[in-house]
Amino acid sequence: MIGLEHYLTVAAALFVIGIFGLFLNRKNVIILLMSIELILLSVNINLVAFSSFLGDLVGQVFTLFVLTVAAAEAAIGLAILVCFFRNRGTIAVEDVNVMKG
Amino acid sequence: MIQADLTIILPEILLSVFAMLALLFGVYTTKDKVAPLLTWVTAAVFALLAAWIGLSGEGNNVAFNGMFHDDAFARFAKVTILLSAAAVLLMSQEYMERRGLLRFEYPILVSLSVVGMMMMVSAGDLMALYMGLELQSLALYVIASLRRDSLKSTEAGLKYFILGALSSGLLLYGASLVYGYAGTTLFSGIIAAAGSGDMSLGLLFGLVFVISGLAFKISAVPFHMWTPDVYEGSPTPVTAFFATAPKMAAMALFARVLHDAFGGATADWQQILALLALLSMFLGSIAAIGQRNIKRLMAFSSIAHMGYALMGLAAGTVFGVQAMLVYMAIYVTMNVGTFAFILSMEKDGQPVTDIAALNMYAKREPGRALAMLILLFSLAGVPPLVGFFGKFYVLRAAYDAGLAWLAIAGVIASVIGAFYYLRIVYYMYFGDEGEELDGGKSPVLWVMLMASAGAMLFGVVNLFGIEGAAAAAAATLVN
Repeated sequence: MIGLEHYLTVAAALFVIGIFGLFLNRKNVIILLMSIELILLSVNINLVAFSSFLGDLVGQVFTLFVLTVAAAEAAIGLAILVCFFRNRGTIAVEDVNVMKG
Repeated sequence: MIQADLTIILPEILLSVFAMLALLFGVYTTKDKVAPLLTWVTAAVFALLAAWIGLSGEGNNVAFNGMFHDDAFARFAKVTILLSAAAVLLMSQEYMERRGLLRFEYPILVSLSVVGMMMMVSAGDLMALYMGLELQSLALYVIASLRRDSLKSTEAGLKYFILGALSSGLLLYGASLVYGYAGTTLFSGIIAAAGSGDMSLGLLFGLVFVISGLAFKISAVPFHMWTPDVYEGSPTPVTAFFATAPKMAAMALFARVLHDAFGGATADWQQILALLALLSMFLGSIAAIGQRNIKRLMAFSSIAHMGYALMGLAAGTVFGVQAMLVYMAIYVTMNVGTFAFILSMEKDGQPVTDIAALNMYAKREPGRALAMLILLFSLAGVPPLVGFFGKFYVLRAAYDAGLAWLAIAGVIASVIGAFYYLRIVYYMYFGDEGEELDGGKSPVLWVMLMASAGAMLFGVVNLFGIEGAAAAAAATLVN
């Protein structure tokens, strides 16, 4: 029987993979966008699992909002990335370094 | 029923409708030629809404079954947000127009982000919180990279986007855990679940994730690394906007989550906030010493100021929230004036951000230099000025709540921080003879600078009454 804890474990694993993808990735900004998407999707798994476990629809409504916002966020992220590429000529993560922070 | 709900969120609806109409207007007419007009109209709309919310709003109204709160706390934050956004728009207009940056999207994006901020400070539900926060952030990512042909600006936008999205992810993961373990997304339900005896481990994890997500948005250490780069890379008027309204909104949202949703578990979050405040104050004060770029310097200055505001929140009392609100209102006023000065720093029509360019500025522009001196003293918290009273309030709140060590650390950090503010004063009054900056020509910037400096000077009489308003606002939030 697959219970709530299995879903939570999967979601937590995806979340951690997403965070590591953001911080350990040295290659490509696109991979950063994919990691962000992974984080948001792990949250969705969490929300749907809780929603089903609690017998409460709010979690699924929340998931729809998250999906919508994630789509808008990806659109804006790619648009900014295209502008950056035009100016810099590369999208390697180590080249995002004009300003040292 | 729905009628009453809609009446309560009327200001937000009006502003959203205005933004959409302005978008249609901009697209169907002459495009960027209408941008200056649109900027002024948007600023006027902000000011009118602020007057309306501030003067006519009363009572504690709840809309959509508790998802949206219109109380004295939300109104205080909204008036501050709207007025500072209006001031920043007015300051941007001339600067951006001369550099060909003033596209008609700019005032529209600012209006949309202000709608998001108004949602944030009124949120009574995790979903309302998230939607408001994202509406604000998505608009801000775009205006950070407003100068599309500049490498710095697009890089700032990219960094802001990646780290902002990460913080939203953290916040959202926390929100999902809170939902799961409290069984509801409504703050009123969460406080019932969190306040009853020991908080469950899942709820505690959720709280920690939510706090880290929000700490990103207010750029508290250790979640501050995006701030200096974004401040430096964005066009200066955008930086001015970042340093004022969104900070107020995120701070108010922070207070609302902590008190409305986790008010019964003060002991659980007090230590986290005290640590964030301590680190922010010291890192902001120490790291700014090495900065030569005034925009980066202001970024570290804002990190340090967020530390002080967090100190008020860490107290976890009514007086602490009042101190935080007073501090934020003062901080926003000071920053509007300081950025009016930074916007007028230029040489041969090009913006200058190196603080060494201010050498002997006082000789040529005594009035402006004096106003900037007052603002810098106020930012540093030198006693007779208003900035000192802001610091005094948060220090007292922390001391009263038994965080004497934090108050003492705050005093030490403010002494360290005074060094870099006073160094700018030194450059202006006693520096070497160097290359001269152009004389400022913009009357709007002059008025903003003088008004802000005047407020720092004459506000000591009664702080313009914000003290009472903040006390009333804090009383509705904490119970």
